[in-house]
Amino acid sequence: MKGRPHLVAALPALACLVALPFVFPQGFALSLMCQMGIATIFALSYNMLLGQTGLLSFGHAVYFGLGAFCAMHVLRWAGGSGGGGAWVVIALPLVGGLGGLIAGIVLGAITTRRAGTIFAMISLGVGEMVASVAPMFPALFGGEAGLNANRVFGAPLFGITFGPQRQVYYLIVAWALLAAWGMHALTRTPLGRMANAARDNPERAQFVGYHPQMVRFLMLALSGFFAGIAGGLSAINYEIVTGESLGAHTSALVLLMAFIGGIGQFYGPIIGAVLVTFLQTALSQYTHAWLFYFGLFFLFMVLEAPGGIASLVQLHREPWRQGLLRWVWPQYALAALPVALTLAGLIGVVELVYRVAGGVEAGETSWKLFGNAIDATRWQPWALALLLFAGGGAWLRRAWSGVAWQWKMVLLATARGKDR
Amino acid sequence: MSSAPVLQLAGVHKTFGQTAIIRGVDLDLVAGERHALIGPNGAGKSTLFNLISGRLHATAGTIRLRGADITRATPQAINRMGLARSFQVTNLFHRMTVFENLRCGALRSRGGGYAFWRRVDGVAEANARADEVLDAIGLARRREATAGELTYAEQRALEIGVTIACGADVILLDEPTAGMSRSESAAAVALIRKVTAGKTLVMVEHDMDVVFGLADRVSVLVYGEVIATGAPDAIHANARVQEAYLGTGLAQAGAAETAHA
Ligand SMILES: Nc1ncnc2c1ncn2[C@@H]1O[C@H](COP(=O)(O)OP(=O)(O)OP(=O)(O)O)[C@@H](O)[C@H]1O
Ligand SMILES: [Mg+2]
Repeated sequence: MKGRPHLVAALPALACLVALPFVFPQGFALSLMCQMGIATIFALSYNMLLGQTGLLSFGHAVYFGLGAFCAMHVLRWAGGSGGGGAWVVIALPLVGGLGGLIAGIVLGAITTRRAGTIFAMISLGVGEMVASVAPMFPALFGGEAGLNANRVFGAPLFGITFGPQRQVYYLIVAWALLAAWGMHALTRTPLGRMANAARDNPERAQFVGYHPQMVRFLMLALSGFFAGIAGGLSAINYEIVTGESLGAHTSALVLLMAFIGGIGQFYGPIIGAVLVTFLQTALSQYTHAWLFYFGLFFLFMVLEAPGGIASLVQLHREPWRQGLLRWVWPQYALAALPVALTLAGLIGVVELVYRVAGGVEAGETSWKLFGNAIDATRWQPWALALLLFAGGGAWLRRAWSGVAWQWKMVLLATARGKDR
Repeated sequence: MSSAPVLQLAGVHKTFGQTAIIRGVDLDLVAGERHALIGPNGAGKSTLFNLISGRLHATAGTIRLRGADITRATPQAINRMGLARSFQVTNLFHRMTVFENLRCGALRSRGGGYAFWRRVDGVAEANARADEVLDAIGLARRREATAGELTYAEQRALEIGVTIACGADVILLDEPTAGMSRSESAAAVALIRKVTAGKTLVMVEHDMDVVFGLADRVSVLVYGEVIATGAPDAIHANARVQEAYLGTGLAQAGAAETAHA
């Protein structure tokens, strides 16, 4: 009885994952989806630390990167000897995982001695140390250029060569499902539960017979394992691994994914990984200011929804179950237009500023939008953008108070419904 | 009372910097007794509990649990040797449910360990024990509530529950009824009596009704020294205790209690 509803939900989801490459066959979409799959594993592994054990790590890329380099070395070696072929590629993420696990065991023994701020600082230090040591060993890390390999070698396996991106996509999906299942199962083990306990109250954990340091260490080592799997997949996907995959930028990115998605729910980081990867790759195609938008979005989330997107989903769940959400939908609809106007105004201002400030190639201050030329040196577009932003914003404030009021009603009714 | 002591403190001292807080405590606990530790505020009662349970380490002296030296042992080691304690200030896993709190308490002694290869729901003994304690502390209705959202009295009950869940046979309770109303306090005493039956109990308590109703023996701690140990009646009659504590502190405490109620 218990497992059934999950199965019912899982089958269509699985069908979607299988069908996606046929719905979006373009190379760009396919490589985006591959990236999302890898990021999903990585972000989930990060949340084993942040969400489940309460450890804020600034150096999680170390396990991802070292896993990727381990996998890359095996791939190069197997490719050179020509043996194995597709089998090697299928198993390669496991090599990455073992690399991440060993790194987790070695480094975790140092970093998990303390929790809290001290752990965060040590993780930052260790991350920086590994990232700065890597370039000194070009034989291991390939120096500036990194290490590359060809994932296609040996005899095909039932026609599978992992040459076409679509085949790699299915490999990533399979590993992502396996890893997500494993990490979810881990939350329901004695260790997983004691990780929550050590997060909530490490002192009390001691008085029920557990060593919080041991709990942290095991969680970090296992999270290194899963991060390493993601690293191994990225070695296959890109056929190159550079020192950047170990570095602070990658560490920061995974933190953002987990946080934006929501660290309080198991599925939160999945949302974050998909969304951030999408913003990062898709948005950067359209605007040079994408990092700015991304930062703005992050700021908005931290201030307005610190529990991440998953917390918003959770908020809607119980009212949805009780059929109370029909009270808020109209309010949301009413707020949609002012939201769009405000955003349009904001984007307009940002893009104009970028143009005149020379953010794009120098001198290029005009661009085309829906066939109309917009010249950032004239006053009209500025006036329009500012008007949209101010007017939309004022309207939004009024519309939002309606949403807030309606939510108050819904939450009251929900609480009553729950008691019954 | 000739059997070997379960818990034995010999010449225990604790100083914080220059200040001596525990100044030579000797105490023997007999198996199965209910022992009350009383004394004015700041006497060092909680500090003594911290020393016994491994949260702090004694500056001098030795503490033995069933003969084994635990003076320098870690809290987790002492817990696994069968000694559990509660806290004066509620100290729970506040984001976890009531049931999860109790299961965390039971897990280590019921074979859960650090396992990451088996389901926690499959550790049958720990789950059974958690549900058993859940019933005993009367929180069955609140099983799925998070510890943080319980009322104060419920949190105090859970505090005792987490302490006893591991099944330790030496139990230290630090002011389990503090801040409770009369009726809540009476319920807590009944609970304590029930769940510590057959175990060795040391309890810090300010409420003299509770002390004299529950304890087999009483020790009086004043300025880091045990000035008297004995049966409740003997303590009541003891001249030194009356002078140092009962005469002033207890009368006041009693008056305060009545005023409070
Ligand atoms: N870690 C510490 N560092 C310094 N001083 C401490 C420390 N812990 C306790 N003390 C001091 O030791 C003295 C005894 O404290 P303790 O908490 O043991 O008293 P208590 O008998 O439990 O009192 P109460 O009835 O108020 O709980 C107090 O003066 C306190 O300030
Ligand atoms: Mg105290």
